[in-house]
Amino acid sequence: MRTKEFTNTVTAIFKREILGYFRSPVAYVFIAIFLLLLGFFTFYISHFFEMGQADLRAFFEWHPWIYMFLVPAVAMRLWAEERRMGTIELILTYPITVGEAILGKFLAAWIFIGIALSLTFPMVITVNYLGDPDPGAIFCGYVGSFLLAGAFLSVGSMTSAMTRSQVISFILAVVICLFFILAGYPPITEIFSGWAPGWLLKVVANLSFLSHFQSLQRGVIDLRDLIYYLSVIFFMLFANGIIIQNRST
Amino acid sequence: MIEVQHLTKFFGSKRAVDDISFTLEKGEILGFLGPNGAGKSTTMRMITGFMPPSGGTAVIGGHDIRRDSLEARRKLGYLPENAPVYPDMSVFDYLDFCAEIRGFTGADRKKRVGDTIDKCFLGGVRHQTIGTLSKGYKQRVCFAQSILHDPEYLIMDEPTDGLDPNQKHEVRLMIREMSAEKAIILSTHILDEVDAVCTRAIIIAEGRIQADDTPAGLRTRSPYHGAVSLTFGPTDSGKLMSTLRSVEGVKNTILIDESRSEVSVRVLPRTRETLIADRIMAALSRDRYDLKSMYVEQGRLDEVFRNITM
Ligand SMILES: Nc1ncnc2c1ncn2[C@@H]1O[C@H](COP(=O)(O)OP(=O)(O)O)[C@@H](O)[C@H]1O
Ligand SMILES: [Mg+2]
Repeated sequence: MRTKEFTNTVTAIFKREILGYFRSPVAYVFIAIFLLLLGFFTFYISHFFEMGQADLRAFFEWHPWIYMFLVPAVAMRLWAEERRMGTIELILTYPITVGEAILGKFLAAWIFIGIALSLTFPMVITVNYLGDPDPGAIFCGYVGSFLLAGAFLSVGSMTSAMTRSQVISFILAVVICLFFILAGYPPITEIFSGWAPGWLLKVVANLSFLSHFQSLQRGVIDLRDLIYYLSVIFFMLFANGIIIQNRST
Repeated sequence: MIEVQHLTKFFGSKRAVDDISFTLEKGEILGFLGPNGAGKSTTMRMITGFMPPSGGTAVIGGHDIRRDSLEARRKLGYLPENAPVYPDMSVFDYLDFCAEIRGFTGADRKKRVGDTIDKCFLGGVRHQTIGTLSKGYKQRVCFAQSILHDPEYLIMDEPTDGLDPNQKHEVRLMIREMSAEKAIILSTHILDEVDAVCTRAIIIAEGRIQADDTPAGLRTRSPYHGAVSLTFGPTDSGKLMSTLRSVEGVKNTILIDESRSEVSVRVLPRTRETLIADRIMAALSRDRYDLKSMYVEQGRLDEVFRNITM
């Protein structure tokens, strides 16, 4: 009984939101910046062509860093904007649950980023032209990248609910995302390896978006990585719900 | 029926709403009156389930807004303060979204959205982006959203705020037309509005109910209720005043204005219930005063409002 309503309301919110992205020029600007940055880093910084390798490692390695700034920019308006305009007062007095509203908005933003990600398909064509890449590794790379984007997005959705200022929401999200990246970034973990106990480093590194992202790059979808990302998303969206239910305005 | 039970809201240590209770039946239009910051919006936000109360609850058609929130909200229509709407959508898309989220589908949804657009005179801007509409139209779109599902209970926070006099009139007409089978609460700080639409008024100040009565009942609380105002041609005001004062049941007479061509006087009765107009007429015609006009004052809401809230 309630499942039908659940699907109906999540779909309604999802549709409104995703169409909203394409109603404004921001969506196209975002997609353009995303593709330009990826191209720039892949070709100019990583020297994709000169490496002479028929895989997309040089391409995927930049995703976490680019997402770190671009995904919070997508997420920052999710709730902050509703609060600023006062429309949150309507959305939360419709006969829908907070969870449905959060999920509808989250999924719309996630699919939007997925669309931007799918527009990198010329990369796949290029490597196939250059050599004989492992299609499994490429597929896993994309799955990992999409999951990573979802995790960043859930962080951004949560911080967006904390404030009516999109700027503050953005900064908070970038900082939290940076932590989740650096926790497993080798240059950083090496600094701590001198004095922090090994098990602690391992726990922290296991929390990192990066280590799970890299393990997906190797071309196998490990259930643990999948569960990791989905639980990060679940946890963040759950916190998101609690924040919305306890907001003061 | 809407039952509001001991609603209380603290913001920090500030008590914005303090133990508000009342019940409202279908057919009634209740006006929330009160100065800015009285707690009207906060009360409505708790009734609609937007804000959790610090204490008390509201029961909407038998559904408790705290324990049975979804069912309660299903029966409600809500027009928040400042009429928030998504500026990037067209009027039609927005109302269609509202209908979808309330579970209407297919032809029923189309018809409902179309009817509501017609009812709220939005036909001319059906496909216009809401952000480009004037304030009055935005207000109407938000109004449309609140009645789209023909709710049994309607909560409207300053529904005529920012509208021009004609638009105000239209909105009031719409509210009155709908009122037969709905229970409606609206807030306002325009006293005329209470007279124009409400069957009942609650005056709130500092978060508390100060008065709960019909507009006519409220007016009897005015110090001038039952007073008789008189205008005369040129006459000896001293003699006139003493004549009036000698009439039985008169407490006081006040000389309001005296010019070469006119004298106006207000006569206050001893108690609210004392009817003095007849006896004044008799005394005046006996002494052949040149009476130009005479009326019994009903009392004015703004005086009552000021007395109660200051
Ligand atoms: N979110 C909030 N946080 C803190 N104080 C608030 C909040 N909302 C309202 N108030 C305070 O509560 C009081 C009542 O406000 P409100 O209900 O908006 O009054 P009204 O609608 O009658 O003008 C005011 O003093 C206001 O400053
Ligand atoms: Mg208000």
